[in-house]
Amino acid sequence: MVQASIDGVLLGILFALIAYGMALQWGVMSIINIAQGELVILGGYVAYYMYTAGIHPIFGVIVSPIVMYFLGLLLYKTIINKVINRDLFFSILATFGISILAQQLMNILFGSDVVVAQSNLGTTFLFDDSVSLPNAKILSAAVGTLVAIVLVIYMKKSKLGRAIRATAQNARAAKILGVDTDKVYSSIFGINAALCGIAGALISITFTLHPYVGLPYTVRSFMIVIVAGLGNLPAVALSGMGLGVFEEFADYIFGTEFRIGAVFLLLVFVLVYRRFKLSRKREYLK
Amino acid sequence: MTKNNRIIYGLILILGIAAPFLFPGFKLQISFMWLLVVLALTWDVQGGQMGYNSFGNILFFGIGMYVCAGVQIGMFFPLAEWTASGGEETFVHTPTQYFQGFFIGLILSGIVPGIVAALIGYGVLGLRGQYFAICTLGLGIAAGEIAGGIELIGAGQGMTSPPWPKNIGSLELRSQFFYYLCFALMAATFLFLKYAYQTRFGLVLNAIRDNEDKAEAMGIHTMRYKITGWIVSACFLGVAGGLMGNMVGYIEPVEIAFAGATFGVFMVLMAILGGKGTLWGPVIGAIAFHIFKEGFWTFFLGWQYVALGALIVIIVVFFPEGIMGWLRERYPDKFGETVDESDIKAQVELK
Amino acid sequence: MSQYKIKLISMIAFVLMIGLGFTGSPYAADDTIVLGAAVSLSGKYSTAGKHTKNGYELAVKRINSMGGVKVGGKSYQFKVTYYDDESNSGRAAQLAERLIKQDGVQYMLGPYSSGLTKAIAPITEENKIPMVEANGASRSLFTKGYKYLFAVLSAANQYLEVAIDLAVEKNGGKPVKIAMAFEQDAFSQDVRLGILDAAKRTGSKIIIDDKLPKELNDMSATLAKVKAVRPDVLVVSGHSKGALTAVRQISEMKVNVPMLAMTHCDSSSLSKQHGKKAEYALCAAQWHKSLSYSDKFFDTASTFDKDFNAEYGYAPPYQAAESAAALLVWKDAFERANSLDKEKVRDALAKTDMQTFYGNIKFNQQGQNIAKPMVLFQVRCTGDSCENKVVAPTKWASSKLVHPVPKWSER
Repeated sequence: MVQASIDGVLLGILFALIAYGMALQWGVMSIINIAQGELVILGGYVAYYMYTAGIHPIFGVIVSPIVMYFLGLLLYKTIINKVINRDLFFSILATFGISILAQQLMNILFGSDVVVAQSNLGTTFLFDDSVSLPNAKILSAAVGTLVAIVLVIYMKKSKLGRAIRATAQNARAAKILGVDTDKVYSSIFGINAALCGIAGALISITFTLHPYVGLPYTVRSFMIVIVAGLGNLPAVALSGMGLGVFEEFADYIFGTEFRIGAVFLLLVFVLVYRRFKLSRKREYLK
Repeated sequence: MTKNNRIIYGLILILGIAAPFLFPGFKLQISFMWLLVVLALTWDVQGGQMGYNSFGNILFFGIGMYVCAGVQIGMFFPLAEWTASGGEETFVHTPTQYFQGFFIGLILSGIVPGIVAALIGYGVLGLRGQYFAICTLGLGIAAGEIAGGIELIGAGQGMTSPPWPKNIGSLELRSQFFYYLCFALMAATFLFLKYAYQTRFGLVLNAIRDNEDKAEAMGIHTMRYKITGWIVSACFLGVAGGLMGNMVGYIEPVEIAFAGATFGVFMVLMAILGGKGTLWGPVIGAIAFHIFKEGFWTFFLGWQYVALGALIVIIVVFFPEGIMGWLRERYPDKFGETVDESDIKAQVELK
Repeated sequence: MSQYKIKLISMIAFVLMIGLGFTGSPYAADDTIVLGAAVSLSGKYSTAGKHTKNGYELAVKRINSMGGVKVGGKSYQFKVTYYDDESNSGRAAQLAERLIKQDGVQYMLGPYSSGLTKAIAPITEENKIPMVEANGASRSLFTKGYKYLFAVLSAANQYLEVAIDLAVEKNGGKPVKIAMAFEQDAFSQDVRLGILDAAKRTGSKIIIDDKLPKELNDMSATLAKVKAVRPDVLVVSGHSKGALTAVRQISEMKVNVPMLAMTHCDSSSLSKQHGKKAEYALCAAQWHKSLSYSDKFFDTASTFDKDFNAEYGYAPPYQAAESAAALLVWKDAFERANSLDKEKVRDALAKTDMQTFYGNIKFNQQGQNIAKPMVLFQVRCTGDSCENKVVAPTKWASSKLVHPVPKWSER
């Protein structure tokens, strides 16, 4: 049980990292990005190819976000900016199209083989070997935490951070007051992609990669954001860890075969629960 | 009904009935097409008419499929032994057993999904907008994953539906049998929805789409209508699932039954392609989609999903109104609409 | 009158679709025999699908260049019509129907994976189209009484039975404790059945019996249990990702088991991807290049390996070898039937008894190949480069089984 809890927390930090990006896009741009998971996997492939080129995959944590940032900008300029002012459903559908496209392109470029990058970081044992923690997981949790802290501070202090928060509160007013909202949007999408890139690089050294595992990451980050609420980054971290722990325990209790099913069912329950809670006040989720 | 209308419906009916004789090689292909039309039509009840974009209607399709096959087998043989992959025994349905099981299964495959829709409807339909969309997405995927863990229905192994009984009729009889069932289901769905949209029910659905709060304020129990609409979709979808399971002959939890990544997306796409919120839109969308898919898919060999992804993006970004919407804009008078030029100008200026 | 145009368009669309359909090609033109195949070129099996297709292609090329198929004194060339089944069983079934009904294909080759073969088999059976398949190992394929299905490979339940027998043997003939984790899919669940049988036969006890989801990338829950209860054998099967995930997490968590048995080690290139971490893992395979079978088209297994490498630039996994063997079976059956009639060819197929570079092929009543044993190899490393060495059956063993696996602390 200790093992499951610790594993869950470490895993949760990784989820939270992906969910940050989701929260940003959703809160500021009102876009739900179904292709989030694919961005993560793409980031992972960047790290993996560095690994095959003989560079230690941990440097992927630095390179992958840079690559992904520009990819994010490109996506924004070509597609996302066209759906941004439309009904949310269109952004869901458009990003869904991107997700299919990305999966297949990855399949064609990288093959459908499952790949792993070796970090050779070893393992730490606690409590007489009863709990084992791969150093790669610890490292990824550390990186995740660090990035989260940097991000929170950045949002508070920097000029772009202020612009983003202003846009989130009222895009139109921000525009009138001289904030270049288009630039804000494109940088958010870029930052989001970069976050996904970091998460992907970490996943490549802790789990496995193949082109079709993106969607569960998307759904998890979505769920985390719903539980945490928009624009509340510390809560995102907390609910991310909560989800990680839930999953590990679901493994033990229901059996691993129901793990993904349990995640999705939890999503449904969270939504329906919130709906009933709000409906007492005759409100609904917005 | 105008004279033109009668001619059109008559022609479609004749074509539909004659198709298997005109194009014997394509019977199954056209049967699939009719089922796709059903998928698009039923999705449009939520997505188009009611403004509730569901990604999880595939849930009912899958339930219908499993219920139908399960009843067909379970009525005569132990289901667990049928699905056990190591089962050394081979069970064979006699023709009477086959048809009894099939029709009872088909009826239940309409009823059970309807009940499921009624049960979960109150909880799920209280969600709005994107929350509803994502919640239903979760439902569809969870159903597939859970079905993949249940031993009784073959788990991830999948299960085979009963084969067509031997010694009755020729090979062609089977495809004809299923063809006419699919056609009949399509016709029934279409006519029922056509009728329903003309009643108060259809108006309420549209009112919910346009402004649910106002509809509620006017004293309409929107929830009742939403649930009813979902039940209608679920029933027709369930029967379509039951038919599909029998036509394909093999049921796999995530790839055939709860196939969110294929049929689940296709139904949304077809309705949008044709024009959501119209009666004919989904029909045209489904037919055009199927032709596109079957006609050109094979030329892409290996690249077709890239094409599909690109197609989705293009449709959503550039043609969100679909074929029907495009036509409506092009020929407004054919839709009985008048265009007020000054109004359009005023709107443009507002933007 | 309101929607007149729209309806007109829908009619046109309908007619157009029918028009499009008339593009089918005749199944046996003057001098070609057309075989139909739906293989996975996209989706999760696309790599394995590519191996399958390459295997088919290489064999077609070889047979055609060596005189083709002689039927009734005339020489025919093989030609294969491919469709992409998108690794989706529903799609595969639809395409099989299309190949048979629209394209008029009379002879079929199998797709990749048991699940997809299971989806196609009812259709070929119903239409009485003989199918020689090379990648569907699920036992349930052979219990449904199919008459037109022939599989050149050994059934899935035989994959790891040998491993259990070996473990018992090494345990001095005493029963062992087995822990196992299998993916929820047609193939892996059949491997599981084989283990259950073997356990019953040897009186062994199964102490962990876990199922893994299809989107598997974390099995630490299972491994934590394994660590706690210390079984003698750990069996894992879950296609490539199962093998890779298992080895990664076993090495990370330093799980010590005396024997680790898996499937799909060579298609996941386990020995390359994980290197030393994968050492001592036992793997089941249908074929290995060091086997001593031969035929006149590819000569020996090792020349097939060489030729395939020259043509496609990578060493053939067993999926490619068995696919190539399927074509050899077709050619042999056509020539013995001396006819293009599908019923006669089916009867000839049923009587197949031949040797190919891939192994002996002889079908039983259910169409299962019973003349070929599975091979078991163990990943062994010298320095940093790791290789798969055959350890069983003893006839081909190129190295001795290392048992028990050294503890992590001693490696």
